[in-house]
Amino acid sequence: MKTETIRLHTVPKGSRVYVVHVPEGRARTQLVRLGIHKGEFIRCLERLPGGTVVIEKNRREIALGATLAKGILVAFAAADGQKGRK
Amino acid sequence: MDHRESTNSSPTARGMHIESHPHPGDTGIGLDPLRPTVALVGNPNVGKSLVFNYLSGLYADVSNYPGTTVELSKGRYASYDVYDTPGVYGLSSLSEEENVTRDLVLRADIVLNVVDSIHLERDLFLTQQLIDMGKKVSLILNFEDELLSQGVVVDTILLSSYLGVPVFQTSAVTRAGFDQLDEAIRSARVGNQDRDLHRRLHELLSTTGSEAEALLILEGDETIARKHGVSPGTDREGLYIERRNRINLIITAILSETRPHARIATMLGRWAINPLTGFPMLLAALYLVYLFVGKLVAQQLVGFSEATLGHGLWEPWIRGVIFRVIPSHSWVATILVGEFGVLSMTVTYLLFLLLPLVIAFYLSLALMEDSGYLPRLATLVDRSLNALGLNGSAIIPLILGFGCVTMATITTRLLGSEREKRISTTILQFAIPCSAQLAVVAALLAGAGFHAMLVYSLTILAVFVAVGTILHRTLPGESTALLLDLPPMRTPRIDNVLRKTAYRSYAFMKEATPWFFAGALAVGIMQVTGILVIWQEALTPLTTNWLQLPREAATAFVMGLVRRDFGAAGLYALSLTPSQIVVALVTITLFVPCIASLMVMLKERGIKEALIVWTGTWIGAFLVGGTLSHLLM
Repeated sequence: MKTETIRLHTVPKGSRVYVVHVPEGRARTQLVRLGIHKGEFIRCLERLPGGTVVIEKNRREIALGATLAKGILVAFAAADGQKGRK
Repeated sequence: MDHRESTNSSPTARGMHIESHPHPGDTGIGLDPLRPTVALVGNPNVGKSLVFNYLSGLYADVSNYPGTTVELSKGRYASYDVYDTPGVYGLSSLSEEENVTRDLVLRADIVLNVVDSIHLERDLFLTQQLIDMGKKVSLILNFEDELLSQGVVVDTILLSSYLGVPVFQTSAVTRAGFDQLDEAIRSARVGNQDRDLHRRLHELLSTTGSEAEALLILEGDETIARKHGVSPGTDREGLYIERRNRINLIITAILSETRPHARIATMLGRWAINPLTGFPMLLAALYLVYLFVGKLVAQQLVGFSEATLGHGLWEPWIRGVIFRVIPSHSWVATILVGEFGVLSMTVTYLLFLLLPLVIAFYLSLALMEDSGYLPRLATLVDRSLNALGLNGSAIIPLILGFGCVTMATITTRLLGSEREKRISTTILQFAIPCSAQLAVVAALLAGAGFHAMLVYSLTILAVFVAVGTILHRTLPGESTALLLDLPPMRTPRIDNVLRKTAYRSYAFMKEATPWFFAGALAVGIMQVTGILVIWQEALTPLTTNWLQLPREAATAFVMGLVRRDFGAAGLYALSLTPSQIVVALVTITLFVPCIASLMVMLKERGIKEALIVWTGTWIGAFLVGGTLSHLLM
């Protein structure tokens, strides 16, 4: 089934998504260390005007700037109840 | 705040740094072959320094790691040499701190890994990396009391058996468990590596001689690979993901929550980043800082210390001492104890004006930081600062700039790229009035009325935005995006706040003091050689014709070179119209920074860039001041 991906900075507040793509670059290593990489679930806690987002991962809150969040592709965790579950 | 996770310095800068360390093992910090080395390693703000202080007692030796700006503490405990390393989230050579920590871990016989019990998910990544390096490790779970208060229980026995290293619990607040640190050092052992990883490490062992360096090469560390003449591995990410997954599994097994936590602190944390509630909270926070720093310290405390202790006690005394040896009218006496004397003015300025302000600012900053508010503030203002080519982290040097621009210029080091350091330094030098100056500016503006105050504030704000926007548009390259770990909101531990304030104030004074003396010396020499007068003469036509101010104002501007508040204070004596006050204050605010901050900028940014900025402030100040003058008068 085709999964619809969206950019992290457009994810509605409160929704749970899983990561589909993280862009290359230095920030990628930091994100992987934080546990944000392909297949991982995250929750959007706050979406600020301008694209800065705050997400929750493993009980930790992490703020990501707009340019970084725009590069991260995610998909909704449970559109039909099961899809995306590992 | 944890800045380091957002540290992405430009590749060229890091490349140069790596070049200067061809042999990462050669730390040049005098490791004693007969004394085993213990390295304290952990994420930022996990209480490593408390453990270090406990172990080393008072006799710590703080120095810069050779070739870097990273501070390193060395102490002694029993028959061990103990090193406190900078806080890092992993050893990936992403920053100077990570490089320094990596080099120390490679040389260490024993690694004491301190972790924050509240943040095991975050901290155990580094723990597992240390274990994968084949080092002898002991794990210290700090803040166990806080964990309990959150209703979370850690199965330490299970954790220890998963990791294969001993685990100890301590509390940084009550010092409970600190008596086990001795045992922790003695019982450190090599932990459990992934079997497949272990095999891959041993394929490299004949080249590197140590598992630790083999792992770093596998993980793509270019410096270590170059040292052994091999090419760095390409599977960093795969290894990191495996490690992350392993940690996630362990966490699921060892943590159990006894009750859910929906605490007031969590709500406060959410409010702080929501624009609707966040900006009112910011205003409230700024008002509190103003009451404390602006009213209590800058006006009352400094008013007393500068006038009574400085001008009243210290300066007459030191003049008396000097005049006994040197004739009072000689040029040496002028340089030493004259109007801008190295021993008179500079000492008063440093000890009785700057020191109280610096302490007050660092105290406010530490409170905001340890309560978890500062990283949320950085998140809140991230977007606004993006427009100036900065990210939210730049709020720290900008806030500090209102205390002391010299202090703030040093703090720009924590920003992620050269581009951001350049932009923020320029903004600081142009448009941020330091507290010493601000006090005088506020007093003069109060006399000039509300309208004057409004014109002044809007002009400075416009220049602030314009400088940032222009630099952002014209400088090549890209700024880094915000990537910040937001620690839980909590009541700051007062001992921690005080220790941090004391340490930072000390570090700043230690670093900046020579520059203040050098600046005073330079001005003293200009005074006795008559250059100061020539300068004033040269500025006079510009002042009277272009700015439409009395000729004596030129003197005030030149005094601004010495100390920014001197410049503004020089305007007190003149009788000026409200419009003239605004023009004079705008000019002097934008005008060249004080000589100490120029010195620090020279050191941080290099001669060329510093001189461009310095010249730019001259042009900018007179351009904006003159334009304003012709608009208002």
